[in-house]
Amino acid sequence: MPQGRSPILELNDITKAFGGVEALRGVDFALYAGEIHGLVGENGAGKSTLMKIIAGVHPEFSGRFAIDGRETRFRSARDAHAAGVAMVHQELSVAPDLSVAENVFLGAQPTNRFGLVQWRRMAREAGEQLARFGIDVDPMTRLGDLPIGLQQLIEIARVLFSGARIIILDEPTSALSPPEVERLFATLRQLRDEGTGIVFISHFIEDILRISDTVTVFRNGRKVHETDAAATSKAALIEAMIGKGREALEETYAHDIRLPTRGDRPVVLKADALSLARSVQDVSFEVRAGEVLGIYGFMGCGQLELARVLFGKIKPDSGTVVIDGDPKAFSSTAAARRAGVAFVPESRRAMLFHQEPVYKNISISVLDRISALLLKPSRERSIAVRQVDQLQIRPAAVELDLGMLSGGNQQKVALAKWLSYPPRVLVLCEPTRGMDVGAKNDVINIVRELSAKGLAIIVLSTEPETVLSLSDRIIVMKRGAVVREFAGEVVSKDRLLEAA
Amino acid sequence: MATSEGVTATVHRGGQRSAAAILRSQMRNIAPFLTLICLSGFFAIASPSFATLDNLGNILTQVSVTGIIAVGLTFVILCAEIDLSIAAIANVTGIAVAYFTLQESYVNIANVPLPGWAAILLSLALCALLGLVNALGLTVIGIPSFIMTLAMMQIAAGISALLVRGQIAYKVPDLVTTLGSGSIGGIPWIVIVAAVMLLAGHLVLTYTRFGRYVYMVGGNREAAEYSGLNVKLILGSVMVISAVCSGIAGMLGVAHFGSAQQNEFDTYLLDSIAAVVVGGTSLFGGRGGIGNTIVGLFVLGVLNNGLDHVNIDSFLKILIRGLILLAALVINVYAQRLRARAAE
Repeated sequence: MPQGRSPILELNDITKAFGGVEALRGVDFALYAGEIHGLVGENGAGKSTLMKIIAGVHPEFSGRFAIDGRETRFRSARDAHAAGVAMVHQELSVAPDLSVAENVFLGAQPTNRFGLVQWRRMAREAGEQLARFGIDVDPMTRLGDLPIGLQQLIEIARVLFSGARIIILDEPTSALSPPEVERLFATLRQLRDEGTGIVFISHFIEDILRISDTVTVFRNGRKVHETDAAATSKAALIEAMIGKGREALEETYAHDIRLPTRGDRPVVLKADALSLARSVQDVSFEVRAGEVLGIYGFMGCGQLELARVLFGKIKPDSGTVVIDGDPKAFSSTAAARRAGVAFVPESRRAMLFHQEPVYKNISISVLDRISALLLKPSRERSIAVRQVDQLQIRPAAVELDLGMLSGGNQQKVALAKWLSYPPRVLVLCEPTRGMDVGAKNDVINIVRELSAKGLAIIVLSTEPETVLSLSDRIIVMKRGAVVREFAGEVVSKDRLLEAA
Repeated sequence: MATSEGVTATVHRGGQRSAAAILRSQMRNIAPFLTLICLSGFFAIASPSFATLDNLGNILTQVSVTGIIAVGLTFVILCAEIDLSIAAIANVTGIAVAYFTLQESYVNIANVPLPGWAAILLSLALCALLGLVNALGLTVIGIPSFIMTLAMMQIAAGISALLVRGQIAYKVPDLVTTLGSGSIGGIPWIVIVAAVMLLAGHLVLTYTRFGRYVYMVGGNREAAEYSGLNVKLILGSVMVISAVCSGIAGMLGVAHFGSAQQNEFDTYLLDSIAAVVVGGTSLFGGRGGIGNTIVGLFVLGVLNNGLDHVNIDSFLKILIRGLILLAALVINVYAQRLRARAAE
């Protein structure tokens, strides 16, 4: 921490609530010129909320906010921009149909005195800036034609070279390859040495430790720890993030993996060296009947793409999916369904028909089994009623439009549609995301029951609790590749975080 | 115990909300019907010759060709796609069936006379093939249906032009002549064909698995795919259905008009789209159906026919038609929003 200087950005006692839920509680935060400040914390700990306050995205909050010692308030992201604050958001926000140069100068294209864009100058300067960042692309290429990682680098480059004095990077490295991360770090150090204040948020604690001067840890909307990066370790940071001692954690998530006793069960699904562009790299695994395989990784680690490959939504570049010993090349999701693969995506909206009654939502995946040509509505309703009963979907009215149900009950409907004729493999993406505790437990129980019936289940999640509470065996993905497998051993949340 | 009370309360609230909510969610079906009643009432008062049995027969005959095309188009629009090649495919199929029929000696067309059944089958094969090209362009190559069918419109028009080379043909197979211009017991066959096809379309959409898939793909294409439906197969099928319906309309239309020539179906493109949309089938897919299309056909038929019965500047009629179409589109879009809000 640079001593004896006044911070360029200082926040005191910041509190922010969303509809009665406090996302930040009395947080102090200071950023100095020429400092890289790392932020860590679990999902929902309040890091992103605080950064959005600084970037003017959330204008409503209580507490003191000062830039260069002068108290101020940003009413919008524009205000923040004018004051020299720029942020790279977690979600990619680029214009894929515009050229690289246009993206670099988005909203600030150089114009001549007639207001016309100076294309040649723009292309030249964009090329120079990107070259400085070690990116060698033709500035007039359509951005969408470039790989995702490169797009992300270009978005970062835009912010880094916007001339801002305060730069916030929210999870910038998730889609980057190791050499790209190196280039980013070199540029960040250079900017720091030129006097820019940088906030760096990441789930990758090694990255935080390597690049930061100072590290702050958030937990449940509070700042719980602040330290020199040189004076701490990965284990200490994880402990601060989770908030309990290591032993207590192993108690909570002690998990006797039952895989060895199931070694005699037949392998139902085998992924053999699956690769997909930059998102999935040479991933292989097996799932046996009655086994729950958890796949854990941070956002952008490639698990969602992997799930879509398993369900035939995306064709892999190489590798095969083998089901019951038969190699499959799914031509459509319909082919995957017929082969016995069931899939629940991370977004309920992408899975359900909100304007249709519950029973049609449940029967859609089994219609071809109960009717050849003509529909059998009474059969559909009885199937739906049985599922609504078994999964305790409330209200228990199958004629109700799905949109009238609560989120947790909608998630149960998304499961129910696959269960009237049980599949061979169930692929679940983020099965408990955004659920209250009760609904979460219901889903966990349903998954347990299904696996007891002999279903092979794959659970993919960015939430360690979800994976830990459901899985018999866990593999960890990082930047598209499998980096660790936990089988037949004691595993805990901090070990999982450490591996990812 | 507490849970079951909570459930009853929820259901009860759902029941109370439903009176207003149902009205709002049914706006799409109610509005076109009201429009039809108002228009009919207006013309009945404005002209003594409008509300007669004879004139009802006229209206039915006038909307028959549009009706046959609209059956297939309803499938397409329910899937949130569009088919701009319907009129051109109708035209080329009508011309093809004449091309394969022996013409009078004064008709100067180098045609290929075949037996009637062969001419009909070949023409049906032609429209099905053109529909298949639409389907492949949309699903395999991934060309948006708007663009794909725009190209097909031109291709079909091109085939028409090559077949007739600016000439006019008159003869079509006897079966087509009967169905297109004959009548039985005073009822024109073309009205019967249109009614049968509309009924068949309704039955397929309402009672078959394929019909359900059409609604589901239109309602949420992503969810349909994640439910393991073969979305491309369904989209491809509706494009072929649309082309075949258009082809049948084209053959009967040629018999109905008494001649086969270039550009004779051009007005049917907008009329068919208008009939489907005015009837309340959502342009965003998933809502509506043949029932709506029938109401839409009547709105259009009553409007076109009624304007001829009242004393209005004939050039003004075009404008009036346009304004009524605009009103229907506004209702269509608003009904979608109300429905979406009711669902939340």
